[in-house]
Amino acid sequence: MRLCTTSRRPVPPAAGAALRWLAAALVLLTLTGCDDPLLPKDPPMPEVPLLRWYVFAERSGAFAAAAARCSEQANGAFRVEMVALPADADQQREQLVRRLAARDSDIDIIGMDVIWTPEFATAGWILPWSGRLAEQSRTGRLAAAVQSASFGERLWAAPFTTNTQLLWYRTDRVSTPPATWDQMLDMAESLGAGAIQAQGERYEGLTVLFTSLLASAGGAVLDESGTGVALPDEPTRTALAIMRRLASFPAADTTLATDREDQARLAFETGAPSFMINYTYVWPSAQRNAPEVAANMGWARWPAVVEDQPSRVTIGGINLGVGAWSRHPQLAFRAAACLASEDNQRLAAERGGLPPTIAALYDDARVRDTFPFADLLRETLQDAVQRARTPLYNDVSLAISRTLHPMRAIDPQRDVKRLRAVLDRALRSEGLL
Amino acid sequence: MKRIPAEYRLGWLLVAPAVVAMLVVTAWPVLYACWLSLFRYDLRFPDQRAFVGLDNYLSVLSSEVWWQSLGNTLIITVGSVAVELLLGFALALLMHRALFGRRTVRTAILIPYGIITVVAALAWKFAFDPTTGFVNALLGLDQAWLTERGSALFVIIFTEIWKTTPFMALLLMAGLTLVPDDLLRAARVDGAAAVQRFFRITLPLMKPAILVALLFRTLDAFRIFDTVFVQTRGAQSTESVSVVGYHTLITRLNLGLGSAVSVLIFVCVVIIAVLFVKGFGTALARGEEQP
Repeated sequence: MRLCTTSRRPVPPAAGAALRWLAAALVLLTLTGCDDPLLPKDPPMPEVPLLRWYVFAERSGAFAAAAARCSEQANGAFRVEMVALPADADQQREQLVRRLAARDSDIDIIGMDVIWTPEFATAGWILPWSGRLAEQSRTGRLAAAVQSASFGERLWAAPFTTNTQLLWYRTDRVSTPPATWDQMLDMAESLGAGAIQAQGERYEGLTVLFTSLLASAGGAVLDESGTGVALPDEPTRTALAIMRRLASFPAADTTLATDREDQARLAFETGAPSFMINYTYVWPSAQRNAPEVAANMGWARWPAVVEDQPSRVTIGGINLGVGAWSRHPQLAFRAAACLASEDNQRLAAERGGLPPTIAALYDDARVRDTFPFADLLRETLQDAVQRARTPLYNDVSLAISRTLHPMRAIDPQRDVKRLRAVLDRALRSEGLL
Repeated sequence: MKRIPAEYRLGWLLVAPAVVAMLVVTAWPVLYACWLSLFRYDLRFPDQRAFVGLDNYLSVLSSEVWWQSLGNTLIITVGSVAVELLLGFALALLMHRALFGRRTVRTAILIPYGIITVVAALAWKFAFDPTTGFVNALLGLDQAWLTERGSALFVIIFTEIWKTTPFMALLLMAGLTLVPDDLLRAARVDGAAAVQRFFRITLPLMKPAILVALLFRTLDAFRIFDTVFVQTRGAQSTESVSVVGYHTLITRLNLGLGSAVSVLIFVCVVIIAVLFVKGFGTALARGEEQP
């Protein structure tokens, strides 16, 4: 505006017009940006606070039903609305962490993958649970699930659903399921090419396989403090040797290096493979897509590495955390506790096929209908192992999957050392991975 | 002729909004990335932020991962751009000389370029997959293409070529229209064969257009991300520099190290651009010298 009024220099008429238009545009911009009493006001805020629950897009509608149920039970104290995140856990995290780091107050409740707890807690992106609600969220839950939601003596999320891998096999070809990996590999090698389906792509699934094998062999990735590399020699070498043998012809498929859970499931449903390491969702899927395969599909405990020493399998699942920048944190805690309650866990199990974290639900008749292998699942979960508990988990996982991919190129002797070196750097967040 | 100062000032005033917009959307992020790359700064541990000078650059440049990904990126860039140039030329000539159905031919050739890169990458990933794909059946092979480095790089380069050859062809066709018909006719009268006419007249006259096409495509190919990310996620040693940057910045939230990677990619792009512009400049100069 000053440009127009104070300028004494001759300005060409066209330029004068341009300036006037520019000034008018600026005035308009500032006007719309302010709270102008002449402009109509936004509609009044709804009386019921709205809580936004960020969680992966659950397809059966069990999560949406739980949200509706909790909103109703709240009697007008709050309303829960589900916000869908991508199906892939890496992409869920990608979206969440950027928004949480930018202090997004829209995120009230978070459906957190079990591996995020230390990272989110350390960064101050979620609030710790305490008092009655913490007690309620711990009671009757599987110990491993509670542990996955805890970090440094505190509970950071309410255990909601859980998951773990089982061994699936063809009952028509295998009379007794193998108890150890060595037995399974022997059987597979005599059954012909591609008998075992597993996860060998360079992604989280490869880290899961390594973690389960290492824990079953009696080792761990990190030391007790969680800040240093453990990887004891003997168990690590054993785990790597099994991975190497699994990837060697003829046990596995030639596509192992690009297989994830779903490729393994699809391959098993063709009927050719005899064994598969996978999560429980493959059971309803086989019944739907390949009934003739499902009719001959058996389940057993994930094979052990050391004889007479039960396997320890990696735990997965979703816990419910409360966003640190939420506008209604107290209500969010209440809502999250409601979402993770027994009724809603039963709903998620029945409708969505997601195993509950409440141990007693595995005796529930309807849950047992969904999971005919409920006892095996609970037993496996009771011995389950956590993935490395460190705020730098993503760096650690990236380091493991990078070093061990492709599995066919593993040299146990050499790779123990390589793994230690690269993990050491990852824990100091140094260098590229 | 000298301009009147007022007019000059007005000129600046009128371009000012555009200049400000450019500074805000391009210069500022670039400078901010340079600034960030001098810090140890992890989004997860904002309290540990500290100035580390050039440490991040040393860390990247002394890393095997960086050099390997740079090598991969160069292989993909050179491999795809070279083939695209040859194929693009053939298609450009076809589009230029098409006697009938010229519009149909041009539209058909442009279709791959209209497909979103992620979709094209996924389509070819499925096509080369041993269970879902047709490629193995077509060639009578039993190959898991994306599980080995050589074949995985081939699939990535193939997808790039399939996708962007039309772009190359379009730019080259624009160059072909620059070649005056009477020159070609005169050459024919003088007894020059088709091959001679192409190499002695068409090609030299098209040099600027070829260089522009090459520059655009090289810069584009060097920044390749989506095809690699979709098809291999960088596994089998096919990682490009952009994928390394993504892992550091987005997955590991390491803003310092990630910015250093981004700045180094930017430097590489500038080097490529300078090399091309130099070549481009001399070609233009030579073009002017010739009558």
